[in-house]
Amino acid sequence: MHTTRRNFLKISLATTVSATAAISPAIRAATTRHVIVIGGGIGGSTAAKYLRLMDDRIKVTVIEPKSHYTTCFMSNEFLGGERDFKSLQFSYAGLARHGVDLIQDRVTAIDADKQQVKTAGGQTLHYDRCIVSPGIDFRWEAIEGHSAELAERIPHSYQAGPQTLTLKKQLEAMPDGGTVIIAPPANPFRCPPAPYERTSQIAHYLKTHKPKSKILVLDDKPNFSKQKLFEAGWKRHYGYGSSNSMIEWISVDNGGHIESIDPKTNTVSAQADDFKADVINLIPPQKAGRLAFQAGLTDTSGWCPVDHQTFESRIHKNIHVIGDSAIAAPLPKSGYAANSAAKVCAAAIVSLFNDTDIIHPSLINTCYSLIAPNDAISVAMVYGFEKGKIIKMKGAGGLTPEDASDQMRAREAAYAHSWFNNMTHDIFG
Amino acid sequence: MLKPHVFSLLLMAGLCSSSPTQADPPTTASMLANACAACHGLNGSSQGPATPSIAGISAVYFIDAMTAFQEDERPATVMNRIAKGYSEEQIELMAEYFSQQPMIRTDQPFDPELARKGDALHQNNCEKCHENGGRASDDDAGILAGQKIPYLRYTLDDILNGKREVSVKMANKLKTIHKSMGQDGIEQLLNYYASQK
Repeated sequence: MHTTRRNFLKISLATTVSATAAISPAIRAATTRHVIVIGGGIGGSTAAKYLRLMDDRIKVTVIEPKSHYTTCFMSNEFLGGERDFKSLQFSYAGLARHGVDLIQDRVTAIDADKQQVKTAGGQTLHYDRCIVSPGIDFRWEAIEGHSAELAERIPHSYQAGPQTLTLKKQLEAMPDGGTVIIAPPANPFRCPPAPYERTSQIAHYLKTHKPKSKILVLDDKPNFSKQKLFEAGWKRHYGYGSSNSMIEWISVDNGGHIESIDPKTNTVSAQADDFKADVINLIPPQKAGRLAFQAGLTDTSGWCPVDHQTFESRIHKNIHVIGDSAIAAPLPKSGYAANSAAKVCAAAIVSLFNDTDIIHPSLINTCYSLIAPNDAISVAMVYGFEKGKIIKMKGAGGLTPEDASDQMRAREAAYAHSWFNNMTHDIFG
Repeated sequence: MLKPHVFSLLLMAGLCSSSPTQADPPTTASMLANACAACHGLNGSSQGPATPSIAGISAVYFIDAMTAFQEDERPATVMNRIAKGYSEEQIELMAEYFSQQPMIRTDQPFDPELARKGDALHQNNCEKCHENGGRASDDDAGILAGQKIPYLRYTLDDILNGKREVSVKMANKLKTIHKSMGQDGIEQLLNYYASQK
């Protein structure tokens, strides 16, 4: 009886699969197509690798000034003292193994009409399609007295690398009983739960090494991602809500907005009051990466409008924008979303080259946050495509349940580490 | 090997084969599967330490798992929330896709002495359904060889605690091992599967 049913199922599945095979790209371009990918971050590197996996006749060139990438994700765990910095760094050798050409250089201009990219090193390269994945840039002017130069001393540590190390050194140098200010920006910004995971991880470091210290979170928002779960976690580990709490959170409604910074006295002037600190981690409000502005890919919002099926710019043809710079809401600005969107973009480019139907996008976002060792929480969502827009799938997604057991949150931590290993292998491996 | 959910998923498959659901726009197996890779590895072979490899598992096993997640009948971190985002038709596409991928086993640390003892335990208790040292996915058995230790530990723990439904036969075998040997027996099995390349 069961065998019969199983066979029936297998037949029905086989039918579905052959249907899929029939719509896979059959027509090949006669000439080699060239895709230039600008930016070797999460979006750019994923797109480059997957273009080669999907159609190895496509010539793919990644232009990236850095010799390796440092992941933002898990950089908070490094700040917490539970991870080695080197484990965050990835070379581009994996992309080269997939036949991706790498140019270590900085793009100075994109000529959308001529379909050309110019680099600081003096190269001019022609593309059939260009993928721009420039990440984020900061609105320094929003905070009086702040600048990119000052951020070397008062780091945002929101593009992992030297500033991540600076922040770690400052935490190590501060006295027990000192104050750390963490200032998350207003929406929209990269990786919404990250400042609060950072708060948790810095609290973990301080609890271990400098237990008399305090963290003051001066927030430019009335609420934040995974808030109830974070606050419950801070209560479990860091005395949150008690008179002896290590963490104090001041929302924008309570004067958390920062108006200016004085580096001479290490003081920020927030609406509530002036606050002096030993370490200041000021994360400025954000906009699309520098190159997106240079290439005229942004609208008045400071981000890049794109077609949700192909991620092609709505401003310039043959240029696709992926990652944090793109306006793809409800898709969040997160690493997983950038990885997922890069694959959708790569598939669309293969279809466009082969003149086949563009496949309907299907995407996922999964984001774990580590509150303490063996204690993590998560948010997830599945995205589909309807009426020209990326949509959240009804009934899907959501947060770690508030009543999740210690055991389940320990599992979440193990899955967070798996997420990191598979994610980085999927991008750079 | 009788699995839970098989009956309901067969019903689903029957419904799906008759007509595609209009609410679900056309997509492809690889489009769906690509989105899974950042947690489960390229084409379903995981780097670990916890997320399982899903490459090479049978289509029935995959559908069974996804259905259990959709119905909150299996403990999960994010999979119960993710499974709910897919139609039966999409799950079938992914099931067939992953069943055709070879599972690529990456090295993981294990204790050779525990693995040696686990080999005997496996042969006496598990090999009949989990053939070829737990490599086979025939008859919709889960692939055990080369799965990551933390994942298998969670799974066996869930089965022993009645949180994950499996065949009565399998649950009984596992409970017998646990009763006579305690967690030592479980660890021997885990190390054996970890040792399988």
